[in-house]
Formats: sequence, structure tokens, C-alpha cells
Amino acid sequence: MRYLPLSDQNRAEMLGSVGVASVDDLFADIPAAAKAKAKFDLSNTMSEMEVERVLSAVAAKNLNASQAPSFLGAGNYRHHTPASLDYIIQRGEFLTAYTPYQPEISQGTLQAIYEFQTQVALITGMEVANASMYDGATACAEAATMACRVTKRAKVLVSGSVHPHYRDVTATALRFMDMNIECLAPDPVGIEDLIGRVGPDLACVIVQTPGFFGHLNDYTALAEACHAAGALLVICVAEPVSLGLLKSPGAMGADIVVGDGQSIATPTCFGGPGVGLFTTREKFIRQMPGRLAGETVDENGRRGWVLTLSTREQHIRREKATSNICTNSGLIALAFSVHMTLLGEAGFRRLAELNHAHAALLADKLEALKGVKILPTAFFNEFAVQLSKPAAPVVEALAKRNILGGIPVSRFYPTYPELENILLLTATEMNTEADIDILVNALKEVLS
Amino acid sequence: MINTITTSGHRALQIEQPLIFELDTGGSTAVDLPAAPKVRTRLGDLRSDKPIGLPGLSEPEVVRHYTRLSQKNYSIDTGFYPLGSCTMKHNPRLNEKMARLPGFADIHPYQPQSTAQGAYELIDTLAHWLKTLTGMPAVAMSPAAGAHGELCGLMCIRTAHEANGQGARKLVLVPESAHGTNPATAALCGYRVESIPATALGRVDINAMKAKLSSDVAAVMITNPNTCGLFETECIEIAQAVHAAGAYFYMDGANFNALVGRVRIADLGVDAMHINLHKTFSTPHGGGGPGAGPTVLSAALAAFVPVPFVVRGANGFSVVEHAGTGAAQKSFGRMKGFQGQFGVFVRALSYILAMGVDGLRQASGDAVLNANYLRVKLSAELTPAFDGICMHEVVFDDSFLKNTGVSTLDVAKALIDEGFHPMTMYFPLVVHGALLMEPTETESKATLDQFIASLLALARKAKQGDQAEWFKGSPRLAPRRRLDEIQAARKPVLRWRKADVNAAVTKQAAE
Repeated sequence: MRYLPLSDQNRAEMLGSVGVASVDDLFADIPAAAKAKAKFDLSNTMSEMEVERVLSAVAAKNLNASQAPSFLGAGNYRHHTPASLDYIIQRGEFLTAYTPYQPEISQGTLQAIYEFQTQVALITGMEVANASMYDGATACAEAATMACRVTKRAKVLVSGSVHPHYRDVTATALRFMDMNIECLAPDPVGIEDLIGRVGPDLACVIVQTPGFFGHLNDYTALAEACHAAGALLVICVAEPVSLGLLKSPGAMGADIVVGDGQSIATPTCFGGPGVGLFTTREKFIRQMPGRLAGETVDENGRRGWVLTLSTREQHIRREKATSNICTNSGLIALAFSVHMTLLGEAGFRRLAELNHAHAALLADKLEALKGVKILPTAFFNEFAVQLSKPAAPVVEALAKRNILGGIPVSRFYPTYPELENILLLTATEMNTEADIDILVNALKEVLS
Repeated sequence: MINTITTSGHRALQIEQPLIFELDTGGSTAVDLPAAPKVRTRLGDLRSDKPIGLPGLSEPEVVRHYTRLSQKNYSIDTGFYPLGSCTMKHNPRLNEKMARLPGFADIHPYQPQSTAQGAYELIDTLAHWLKTLTGMPAVAMSPAAGAHGELCGLMCIRTAHEANGQGARKLVLVPESAHGTNPATAALCGYRVESIPATALGRVDINAMKAKLSSDVAAVMITNPNTCGLFETECIEIAQAVHAAGAYFYMDGANFNALVGRVRIADLGVDAMHINLHKTFSTPHGGGGPGAGPTVLSAALAAFVPVPFVVRGANGFSVVEHAGTGAAQKSFGRMKGFQGQFGVFVRALSYILAMGVDGLRQASGDAVLNANYLRVKLSAELTPAFDGICMHEVVFDDSFLKNTGVSTLDVAKALIDEGFHPMTMYFPLVVHGALLMEPTETESKATLDQFIASLLALARKAKQGDQAEWFKGSPRLAPRRRLDEIQAARKPVLRWRKADVNAAVTKQAAE
């Protein structure tokens, strides 16, 4: 087997050194009766080309977005990946390193994390960011539990603008920690009253911008109401490209900002792995979950970086840790950071402009269709539309025409019949005007 | 001492590299984008033109920046990385190539299910391998890493207890040798934690455990092979006692790589176990992640599996996405966005297919053989913490350093100059000054022999006496000498700020 360097001669010599007759003898501690049952009806070793053949055939069963115009989003976005990004993250020194526990020989990863933390803090308008969480949904859950620790309260209010997976993962986490959560109904029209619900029992309010249905909201007044009541405001950002163009959550007064960096870091990859972004204010850093890289000096006084404030973490604090997270999303955080570095301020802004322009173009063309109503008046690169008929069969009909034409909201909210006709559409820099025309023309036929 | 002073501050391949923020050339970008179509913008009053503060660089500058950073990292591709409990085995590039097939990389989790049959098939095939290798009837695929898999297992356990009228059980027993994630996870699941002592043989003290079992215990979490690199010989008796007390048996599968193809964990009486795909099944660690922690479940827990999960029907595959209805009637809910770590699944299946069940069995054999070879050869100078055969990793204590003034940390730092990544240090906590080494099966005998020679030489040097100062000065040849971790924690500087702003903020924080 090509991944195993020991030869039979090596094995024989080494067994001799160890003083046993066979490799099986090394497993003598496992109960014999249990070992005897270890029979497996599974395939044997394959050559590289056989694996490629088998997996390519499986991949070919999927309709991928390079074969069909795609307008899918809902927290997982298709953006262009510069060639140098993929080259950099495949360098073995990044790809095959572990968590940087030995800082003297991990300065590459540590400096990259420090740069990532700075970039994430800058674009969200916040003071500090951690080294990453698993994804946006789990980062949101961590934000809720952190808010409970900070405020010593046990109730969380979740807006109907929040991605349903973020909401569900947060609800799961809080339920097992015996804390309370109130989730408002999905809000496709953008009319919910949050300020009126803020009270002295709340640990935090969780909102999202751009909202799940595409709405853009300024949460400055909500932040003030939260702070007046001693609660925190958590703002989720599922599409961080939007931060190139929009008022930052930090500028609105958020206490914790979480999100998913997937859209900037990686292809859609069927939804994972992403990278959870987690930022907060400096005064809360000792309550933060996750790893942090910090600046220091070595014995020769040269600047360097280490993992720091680890007394918050599970390997030191065990059951009193701020989270159980250990492995995070390091390589995807690196990809995020490399792409942000490639873009720079000018590129980031231009990318955001281009996304919004394509979405606005799509909206302009859709508005000319009968049976299509765009719900948000302000949006970034994604918006909900109300169709004249149920969205799910419309999407199926579009798929038959080789178009990945949006996501029926009913797939997230099957128990809300009033959402049956709502379709979520996204346009990014990847959607050309020709793509947009294909979608609009097909939609016209399907709806007629 | 070599004179390392140069005009540039660089030292041959070790090139000092500023932060990207310090390289800002102002206004440039490494990404050329087409012009935006002219349209009416619809941003309401949320548009912001305030500068963000991101630096602008060209493509060659960015590529060089990260290439230089990469050269300051140790990695598996660079050399031997015997970090105990972390399973730093070779990461085949075939896995990367497969994950980048457009049919896997360029698909969306919410495209119509009829257009993603290959993705569901891939998840189902990997699930089949994991279930077959463990003998378990069900697997939750969505956990994102080992600790997340532990949480999944405990959430299933708590939900099962509540469904069975046993919701009053509030205690989880964890051995003192356990990884920190075990007690942290139990706490996140609303449980109190009590620890179980170890025997002198490095195993769970089964009598002490039995004494703690009661109608208050929800689960016992045991790592097997344990963090001392030893198989828990009384595993089946432990499972029986746990079940007799009405509790569930969680096995931490971080070390499953020692058992693959050798024993099915179902035959050990396990109710739930997570599998670190980034350890056992060779997906890259990536400097800290991403991983994936699918969690296999016994029949008693299978019904509580989190959403989403893939099911096979007459018309192909579909995915169950909502708890509380149909096949997910008893599901505890959702714990991860979308469909789990799909890109990691592709890599793991690519590795599994390449290895095959015969190759996987050979791999666990070679991993255990390599660890025992280290154990025997290193025992010439080091002191093994436990007698007898170990599994995939071996732990030494620091008694061989007694009265030398040299610590485990010093030996580890000296190994860096020898060109090796240090072993895990001071873990497990039950071994004094522990040095935990996991060679994995993907290292050659020649590499092990070089490592053994270096480590034995260091041990002999320490024992000569009067060498503490030399050791404390290690490493000398790495990109950095020892770093001041106390300063980093006392005055945290967690981000770059324009000149002097950090200093002011730090000063303010210190006051």
C-alpha cells in the first residue's frame, strides 16, 4: 500500500526489537472474543486511478454550478476563487501542520491567524476577533452562550431575520445548557418589532444583516435599547462580502458579531467546511470562546506570535472552559485571509459593488415579470421574491431546464404555508448578464 | 555560536516578513474585477463609504508573503511530527484532488435534491464504511470536529434519558487522564462531571468507577485506547457495569486509528463514539482545522440522531432536514449548518477507498508497531510511564530527567533544533512531565531511527549534568527562540493597529 513505508523486512526487524512474533501479538490486550467478530464486507485497496474513476463517477451525478447558471445563496455563496489562493492553501507547510502549539516552528500559521483576526475585526467594525469557529451557525450558538455568561442572564431572543440554521443550532445549544430562547417567526416582509421586546431578563438579541430574506437593517437603535436594558446585541453576517459596502455591525453598536467566512474563503462545497467568524469588544475577551493568537517577543527581542489567553479553553479549564472547541477551521480561515489580502480595500469594495450591481440588475429584470414581487426594498446580493405559485415546483422546473434558480423558502420552513410561494435568489459576481437573462426568461415561461 | 547577524535581518531561507498591514502599498489590489453594470442601487441608507483599513497589495507580493510565512511552519510534509493523540499521518494529495472535482466543490447544499444525488451517495457511502468498521447501526454525520462529535453523543444520550423518564440523571464520569474536551463537553450538555482515578497500570480503575455509578449517572466517557496509549482491557466489563446502572457508555474515538480493522467497537459495548476524520482517515489538520467528527450510535441512541441525515428510498437518496417529523421524530435537532463537513467527507472517503479494509488493518498494525519500536528503543535512556506493550502511542514520564535541571519542555525545545516536531508534553495529566509520542504508520523505520538517535543523545546529554542552561536556551536554530507567553497573556495584543495605537490600548487595559 503506497501510503505505508514499512517493508516486510522492516516489520520483521522491528518485531524482533519489540520481542513479539507478529503484529497481531501487539493487540493482545483486546478481548479475543471481540476481536474474533471483526469481519468486514468492504472493498480492498485501490490504485490512485481506480479511486479517481470511482469518485469522479459519483461527482458526475451532481449538477454543478459550472454546468448551470446558479442563483443559490441562503448562507452559502458562490464567488470567484483566485488561482493563487488555492495554491497558497495547498502548500504543505500550511495544509499539513497542526494547531500551532510550538510557536518557534509555527510562526507562519500564527502570523496568518493574527492577520486574519485583524481583518475580521476591521471588516466587522469590532475590536477583537478569534482564530475561528466551525461555521456561522455554531459561532452564533457560541455568541448566545457567551452573552449569557457576560450578563449572567439565561434568555435569548432571536429575530426572524436570522438564518434558520443559525437559529436552530443556537436553540439546540441553549436547550442543553438549560437556558431559554425565544425565536420570532420568519419575517419575509421585515416588520417585526424587536425593540419592544427588549427587557431586563434578556441576555442578548440576535439579528442578522443582510437578513435571511435579504433585508438590510440598521440596528443602531436596537443596540441602544439592548444596552439600556443591560443586554447584548449579537449581529450575524452570513454574507461577509456585504461588509465591503455596508455600514458595519460594529458601527451599529453590536457587542458580538458572528458570521461565516465561506463566501470569501472557499467554493460552496455542499455547505462545508465553512469558517465561523467571531468578534467582540475588548472588554469581553476573557469570556470569548476559541483560540486567540497574540503578539509577543522571543528571547532575542524579535516580534513573534503565540496562542494566548488559553486559560479560557478546555485543555486548561476542562469543565469550566468557555467552550469545548478544540479543532476549529484553521485552513479555511487562512483561505479567507489570503483572499482578503488579495482583494485589499479597493478589491473588497469593488467585489461588493459588483455583487450588488448584479443583484440589482436581476431585480430590475424580474420586476418586469408578472407574478414576481421583490420583498426587500433594500438588499445586498440576495433577496426574497413572492411568486404567483409555490416556489418548490418552480425550482424543480428550472432545474429541468438546467438552471439552479434559487431556493424555495419552504425547504427551510416547511410548516409555514404562508411562505410557500417565496423564493430566495442570489446574484454574485459569478452571474453574468447572460445568466440573468436565461433565468428571467425561463422564470417567465414557468410562471405563465 | 554561529554569527547570525545580517544587514537585512534575514537568515538565508528564514526571511523576516512584516504583517500585510505594514506592506500596504495603498490602493492596489491583486484581484482585477470586471466593471459593474450601471444600475440603480438598492442599499437604502446602509451604504458606507468609510475606509475599512485593509491593505492593498499586488498578486506577486501576496504570493511571496504567504510563501515566506509557510516556510516558518513545521508540517508533516516537512518532517516527523510525533505529536501524541493528534495522529499526524501523511495526507495524500489525491484527497485534495478529489475534493476539488467541480461535482463536489461547486455544488450547493440547497440545490434541488434531484440534482445532488452524487453528494448524498458520497455521504451515504462514507457512512456505510464508518458503520461497518465500527459495527454500529447508525452514524450522525454532521459534527464538525472531535469535540463537536462528543457533544453530539452526549446530546443523544441526554435526549434518550429524557425520553425514557431518566432525565434526572445529571452526572457524567470521566477518567482523570481524559482530554479536556470531555469534561468541557459534558458541561455544555448540562452535566456535572466527576473524575475516575487511574490504576498504576494506566487504566481506568473499574472498582472506583463502579463505586461512583448510581441512578444519577447519565454516561461514562472513556477514551480507548486511552491517552496513555493503552487499551482499556476491562472495556467490556466497564460497558456492562455502566449499562447495569442505567447509564450509557460514550467512547472517545480520538484514538480509533489504533483499532481500525482489528475490533469493532460495537463488540466492546459502546453506545456512542465520535471518529476524527482528520486523524484516523487522514484529512489534513490545516494548522488547526477543519476536521469532522461523525458519531456512531448504538440502536438505543440511533433514533435521537441530529438532522440532517441522508436516507435511501426507491427513487434515490433524499435528506431529512427537520427534527420532530417522520424519520426524525425523536431527533434532538440540529447542531451544524447545512450538511456537515462535506469537503472533509470527500477527502476521507478518497483515503478510505485507496486504503481499502486490508490497507486500513495494515495501517493500524504498522501504527502500533512503530509506537512499540519507539517505546523499546527509547527505553534505553527514557523512562516509560507504563510497562508492557502500548497501542498507537507511547508515553514516558520525566523521571529520567530527575536532578538534571532539565524539564520535559526543555527536551521538546531541543528536539526542534534536531529537526523534529516535539511530542505532546505534559499530557496526559496523570503522567508526571509526560512526553507522549505518536509516530503513526506513515513513518519509515529510517525516520524513526533518526528520531530515536536524536532523543537518546539529548537524554544522555541531560543526564551528564550541568546542561540545564544549554537546554533552556533551546531552540537556537528555529525562526524564533522561545517566546514570552506570559507577556502575551498579561498584555494581550490580539490584532494589528496603526502605529502606537496598540501600545496605547494595551497601556489603558493594563491600568
